[in-house]
Amino acid sequence: MYLNAFWVGGLICLLGQVVLDNTKLSPGHILSGMTVAGGILGGLGIYDMLVAFAGAGATLPISSFGNALAKGALQEAHTRGLVGVLTGMFELTSAGITAAIVFAFLTALVFNPKS
Amino acid sequence: MVKVRQGTSAEQKQRDLYKRIVTKAEGKPPRLRNAAWAFFAGGIVCLIGQAITDFWAWFMDVSTQQAGDPTVATMIFIGALLTGLGVFDNIARRAGMGVGVPVTGFANSMVSSALEFKREGLVYGVGSRMFQLAGSIIVFGVVTAFVVGVVAAVADLFL
Amino acid sequence: MARKRLGVQTVRLESPPLIIGSGSVAGPMEAKGPLGHEYDQTYPDLMIGQKSFEKAERVMMQDACKLALKHARIAGNPPEVDYFLAGDLMNQITSSTFSALPLGVPFLGLYGACSTLGESLSVGAMLIDGGYADRVLCATGSHNKASERQYRYPTEYGGQRKPYAQWTVTGAGALVLAAEGSGPRITHLTTGKVIDMGISDPFDQGAAMAPAAIDTIATHLKDTERAVDYYDLIVTGDLARVGQKLAIQLAAEQNLTLGPQYKDCGVLVFDNKRQDVHAGGSGCGCSAIVTCGHLLKEMARGQIRKLLLVTTGALFSPTTFQQGENIPTIAHAVAIEV
Repeated sequence: MYLNAFWVGGLICLLGQVVLDNTKLSPGHILSGMTVAGGILGGLGIYDMLVAFAGAGATLPISSFGNALAKGALQEAHTRGLVGVLTGMFELTSAGITAAIVFAFLTALVFNPKS
Repeated sequence: MVKVRQGTSAEQKQRDLYKRIVTKAEGKPPRLRNAAWAFFAGGIVCLIGQAITDFWAWFMDVSTQQAGDPTVATMIFIGALLTGLGVFDNIARRAGMGVGVPVTGFANSMVSSALEFKREGLVYGVGSRMFQLAGSIIVFGVVTAFVVGVVAAVADLFL
Repeated sequence: MARKRLGVQTVRLESPPLIIGSGSVAGPMEAKGPLGHEYDQTYPDLMIGQKSFEKAERVMMQDACKLALKHARIAGNPPEVDYFLAGDLMNQITSSTFSALPLGVPFLGLYGACSTLGESLSVGAMLIDGGYADRVLCATGSHNKASERQYRYPTEYGGQRKPYAQWTVTGAGALVLAAEGSGPRITHLTTGKVIDMGISDPFDQGAAMAPAAIDTIATHLKDTERAVDYYDLIVTGDLARVGQKLAIQLAAEQNLTLGPQYKDCGVLVFDNKRQDVHAGGSGCGCSAIVTCGHLLKEMARGQIRKLLLVTTGALFSPTTFQQGENIPTIAHAVAIEV
């Protein structure tokens, strides 16, 4: 699992880097694109296979965020229909978003930009 | 791309010619080195993530899948802390997308925005600007997931 | 045609004003650069004891003004100058306006992006030659982190820079122009036109500005009927490596050979081998500290007698480039002769 996490995670990052260096796209474009790709692969049920194979190599890249959003929306869509798409959206990503907001806020309180 | 001023064809030709000279003069980034850095840095970040997942799974006595949430939170914490300490940008200068694509990069984009605009106050600075860079990721992720969910819900109705 | 005009874009000053004093202040990275020993004052850190990068930029401009006034032996509070002409890169040129407040002299704010030094010298020289002023204080400056957060990304954001990206100089320069006194004289001014050669990448300012620089240089030489060799040194503001290379190429197309007497402040200000600045320096502060800190001192030392200073500016804002528009550019030439 550790080996798979290493090379799959590395490969996804490599893909981002190659696009960054060979096009005029900015990191923002690339990361948004990867999230969309993760969402589509998640909708098709492919991303979960990648997670089963590579573990953190698939759950840590930003594409996993798209996958988790899509899966949350899908799960509730199956049980509650269209309303479920709205209520289930953040079902699985809540931890990441909450952690990011809280940690970003606290870090901003404690530190100052230095560079 | 919006054309500001429709030049004459001669002017346009001159611009095209200049653009070609410029592309040559600009030089290329060290693609191979960047790619190698991104691969190894990204791999190592995910390797660390895997170790953290296993740690949480063991510590909380849950399945690896359930350990995913605390893992993401931990990685975000690490990314936030490194940004606050002012070392994330130095790592990223070399590692590039190797630390940008994993959730650490997501954390960095939020924390760096929050930090930077602290001087504009907690409400209009930290609060409003936190999602300046990360916002687009959430927006496109949610819209994609929405489409996926609606397709599934509609499919459920008819099938 | 107006009496003092020459050719299409040039002014020949009838009684050329003198540069009677100058001051230069620079940040820590510039201090470690090849011209570090030349600056009048350097700061150990980027905050300069202030609460924000914007305030630090303001303090630098005020310090540069104090030094220029001191070197010009102008005392008094408010100082005995008729005008303060200044500009910078901050939105609504706040570094200049906030610096003008404590000075307490009539103020005209200018915006020419990184070409502001040439613009302020041009306006100042014309005010003096026109008989509207005896002494004028000109100033400009920039701060790397203040510019980064306004134009690009937050300072702690982990992004990679393209090889042609430039590094905004942290520093400020100020000059006192006067009708009488001693110092080198400003003899001719060639005011540039806004030029757009279709470059839209905000990281590639050197390439965007090179055509404007060459247009102004070529026009200046034609208007004054001077050859490239007339000048000991022709120096552009902040084209950096990529822009300088392009400028030499563009000049060659117009049958102008820019040889070793052509240099660029963006290349001079940093040591490309030791310092991670990619193509070189940029920003209002770039031409300001190299001119005030180094070039004018070289003139005083007799190393340079005839200097053509061509400051270059990229006239875009974050809004225009995000909306996909090209980067219009400008260059102003100022002939300074001993």
